[in-house]
Amino acid sequence: MRIGNKASAGGGRWLLRACLRCLLRDRFRGAERSGNTTGLAQQAEDRSEATVLGGVEALEYFLQQLINGVTLGAIYGLIAIGYTMVYGIIGMINFAHGEVYMIGAFISIITFIVLGLIGVTFIPLALMVVLLSAMVFTAAYGWTVERVAYGPLRGSFRLAPLISAIGMSLFLQNYVQLVQGARVKPMQPVITGGFEFFQGGGFTVRLSYIQIIIVLLTTALMIGFTMLIQRTALGRAQRACEQDMGMAALVGVDVNRTISLTFVMGAMLAAVAGMMVTLYYGVIDFFIGFLAGVKAFTAAVLGGIGSLPGAMLGGLLIGLIEAFWSAYFSVEYKDVAVFVILVLTLIFKPTGLLGKPDIEKV
Amino acid sequence: MTRTPLLEVDHLTMRFGGLIAVNDISFTAYDREITAIIGPNGAGKTTVFNCLTGFYNAPVGRLRLTGARGEFLLERMDGFRIAQKAGVARTFQNIRLFPRMTVLENLIVAQHNKLMAASGYTVAGLFGLRSYREAEREAIDLARSWLDRLGLTAQADWEAGNLPYGSQRRLEIARAMCTKPVLLCLDEPAAGLNPRESAELRELLTEIRDRHRIGVLLIEHDMSVVMGISDHIVVLDYGRLIADGTPAEVRSDPAVIRAYLGEEETDQIPPEVARDLRQEGRA
Amino acid sequence: MDVRALLKDAGLAAFVTFMLALPMIGFQTVDVSGGVGITVVTRFGDVAISVVLVFFGRLALSLLQQSNWRLPLLALSAGIALGLPLLKTQAHYPVITWLTVIASAVIAIRAAWLTFDVSGVVGRDESNRMGDAAAFVGRWFGPVFVVFALIFPFLPTTSRYVLDLGILVLTYVMLGWGLNVVVGLAGLLDLGYVAFYAVGAYSYAIIARDFGLTFWACLPLAGLFAAFFGVILGFPVLRLRGDYLAIVTLGFGEIIRIVLLNWTSFSGGPNGISGVPRPSFLGMPFHPNPPEGTTSFHQFFNIDFSAEHRIVFLYYLILVLALVTNFFTLRIRRLPIGRAWEALREDEIACRALGINPTNTKLTAFAIGAMFAGFAGAFFATRQGFISPESFSFIESAVILAIVVLGGMGSQIGVVLAAILLIGIPEFFRELAQFRMLAFGAAMVGIMIWRPRGLLAHRDPSIRLADSAGAGR
Repeated sequence: MRIGNKASAGGGRWLLRACLRCLLRDRFRGAERSGNTTGLAQQAEDRSEATVLGGVEALEYFLQQLINGVTLGAIYGLIAIGYTMVYGIIGMINFAHGEVYMIGAFISIITFIVLGLIGVTFIPLALMVVLLSAMVFTAAYGWTVERVAYGPLRGSFRLAPLISAIGMSLFLQNYVQLVQGARVKPMQPVITGGFEFFQGGGFTVRLSYIQIIIVLLTTALMIGFTMLIQRTALGRAQRACEQDMGMAALVGVDVNRTISLTFVMGAMLAAVAGMMVTLYYGVIDFFIGFLAGVKAFTAAVLGGIGSLPGAMLGGLLIGLIEAFWSAYFSVEYKDVAVFVILVLTLIFKPTGLLGKPDIEKV
Repeated sequence: MTRTPLLEVDHLTMRFGGLIAVNDISFTAYDREITAIIGPNGAGKTTVFNCLTGFYNAPVGRLRLTGARGEFLLERMDGFRIAQKAGVARTFQNIRLFPRMTVLENLIVAQHNKLMAASGYTVAGLFGLRSYREAEREAIDLARSWLDRLGLTAQADWEAGNLPYGSQRRLEIARAMCTKPVLLCLDEPAAGLNPRESAELRELLTEIRDRHRIGVLLIEHDMSVVMGISDHIVVLDYGRLIADGTPAEVRSDPAVIRAYLGEEETDQIPPEVARDLRQEGRA
Repeated sequence: MDVRALLKDAGLAAFVTFMLALPMIGFQTVDVSGGVGITVVTRFGDVAISVVLVFFGRLALSLLQQSNWRLPLLALSAGIALGLPLLKTQAHYPVITWLTVIASAVIAIRAAWLTFDVSGVVGRDESNRMGDAAAFVGRWFGPVFVVFALIFPFLPTTSRYVLDLGILVLTYVMLGWGLNVVVGLAGLLDLGYVAFYAVGAYSYAIIARDFGLTFWACLPLAGLFAAFFGVILGFPVLRLRGDYLAIVTLGFGEIIRIVLLNWTSFSGGPNGISGVPRPSFLGMPFHPNPPEGTTSFHQFFNIDFSAEHRIVFLYYLILVLALVTNFFTLRIRRLPIGRAWEALREDEIACRALGINPTNTKLTAFAIGAMFAGFAGAFFATRQGFISPESFSFIESAVILAIVVLGGMGSQIGVVLAAILLIGIPEFFRELAQFRMLAFGAAMVGIMIWRPRGLLAHRDPSIRLADSAGAGR
């Protein structure tokens, strides 16, 4: 999420400055940093933050970060589900999942523009069409990735699927760069406006409609998804493969199909996340999959890899940590903070918050 | 001959979640004896091994090893230290050789700690110092004696993964022996062997006991091996110890027969099955 | 032969291609000329061509299973592969033309492979044959390569540009050999290898800047620092499973880059460090007018000053560094620690049961690999004279990994060939530069499927009973 983060980084930096001014009651060392927030970042900043520069109430500032963090967390959570499902079923990290999410974002932006060109201006309809198109076409990518890069490697040596995944990730990134160009893709805001709270205090807490949509859509998908896993035959097949692939095949589960569908579902959720990011930040490029992928993976690990609620919880936590870290400590090192969490989780609690312990079989 | 205790297992308990895999087991294995651990599948035999060799840390119980290298409390040691310091070597139910390394290399890797020290933790080895070259030659000689013993000398430079199954089993035992252990733990060494190979295995194990003078702990389902060579048998069922004694004692223990044949059927064993059982025991 | 099934299979492949290509290839996002934002232009022709290509390609690959189809298909695909470049189409549709050529070539090779493979046995025999080939290449080409590398700067065909390229390739060879210790021997997938390269480069640049030490004093320090970082980073994470380790090392690589980018007072931030001192030859600088009290290289040897002297010197410097890496690796492979690395790669649980300390053993591999990256980094800094965090992105790690993977993990000569293939050749096809990473990615996937142990996967035993018996008695 390089560009996306740049946007939020701009916002965070501004807030940091405002916050310091309030807390230290001192003259802020003004121009030193302001030169960095330009262009798209500035745009995003203007869109999401109030322009009043009075005294800031710590509570309201906190609240704003909470809102931003939850939004970000919903997006990470959706991507994290893809990691966690694939890991659960075939025990590998799908390194290319971040790129699938990036492709989802591209398909969303392309669909939006095409809809605009053919004159579909009714926003709810456009949103539905974009959602569907992103999910369907991204699913094709998820399916192909599995069929081409992982399927033939089942039973190969330990590092083979990982290396293949990295190769796939490089391939997809450069493929998109090649066919769509390396420049950032900006999009006009589709959904504007929102609620404002505490206007009187000088610092306006904003909850935009798009943030509400993101959180609601994520919640709905999570519920639907949990039902799918728990109630349907596909979910049962998936859980069977998770337990013992050979045994599942023996009792008549089509293992290959189940694995393919797992990738397809993961890709669909990543596509939704891609669409949300496009709407939320308004800019994407071919490189956004890399960092988002790592962060979503961190979320999956933090929540307990293999666990769906864990992925969501982990996503939420990572989103919050990122928002608050940027706001209260340092924007520059927010990615470092996420990596450190990843390492600490893996070292001290490799099963994550909600994961099941993994007994080493000898 | 007086029996010297080698390994004393006291109140060993191991849980996985709600499942109690090993429940309050105590027994003693003696030096220069073959102690067999038998029991139906899922009785907790391999779990005992895994606790013993440090793959699991048992929360309850004591594992005291008193061997030629001193006294060790195994339950407090890391897995690799148990092999390195205390001198407990093991093999695995599903063979774990280094399949892409050669047969000889497998045996040399087993002598890692000795060679590592001889190579001055790599520094002296890099410069090819004489002391290291001699240590390496000794290591090769040890490996070679085992290859000769197993009849694998001609295949010494083969990839271990290309050996026939039976040879892989024996190579794994030889590899464990190359660490110069005081206690050798074998997890189903006869699994998948044909009768001839199984007879060879029995010979090999008695030789290890009598010539190398170490204790052997054996998990085995093949009763011809167990009854034929064990000095002492421990029987587990559902994680509990149900019998502990000589082969003759264990064979006639009603609890053991119940465990193997089930509660109800005990009185209804068809005479020919009972006869087979007794014969197997004697073989 | 079930024609329907074949057609259905090819049709499915074509349909999937359509689904993949329609949004991403069919529409291209472009900037609005003179305005704000972007719009799309359509490329439905390309979509159609991709679909047709995949349909026939898939069909051909399925038909190759039938022996009577092999020869005609071989002729057809070879004809397309050789004939198409002669036509004028490439001027108008370069990508499509080349894709068709590559696809046809793949089919032709596959057809030839199947046609002339009389035994029909693939699998062990095939891998043995390739293994023998690799052993042959390793035994005979190794010395040839070294001799060639030694005389390379004096060949009449070697221009300054080619020499620079040689330096670049050798840098990657050295990095590949260094990473080979970690990935190939110890089986630890390190995706943040470039971090140690960066540590080496920055330690040289910063020590030289702040303490004024020379390249030769800094070189060991750079290696030491990188190894130290390897230990610090490796200690907490080396007990993790392989895939976790991969992503954590990736994270570390990024952390180092982010820190270098933001810690401006220390590392110069995004602007990097310029004016990194150039190396000297036994204290003699390569400079037309040497500073007071020193003798320049050309003065000492009493030859005319030429800027090329320094390039040639740099070339030999990296050659020596690379060869040292190689000999060190070959040597350490035959020591207990090297065997323990390979054993760990094969089976960690068995290693623990034999009393091998897995953490320490992995840590040594990690540190030694990092040390070589540190040396290479110091060389990189002194060669460029300028370093910035941009040179140490994840892509670099991926390129080095690709070299190791393609060459054959654990194969020293394979790394050389892969480095020439991946670094050297693309430099001659600058116009294809945009396809380079694309091809790397595809190649990594393809190699894992086709020959997971790498192109030249061949393992020489570290010790043979036959040799040692002869020598020992």
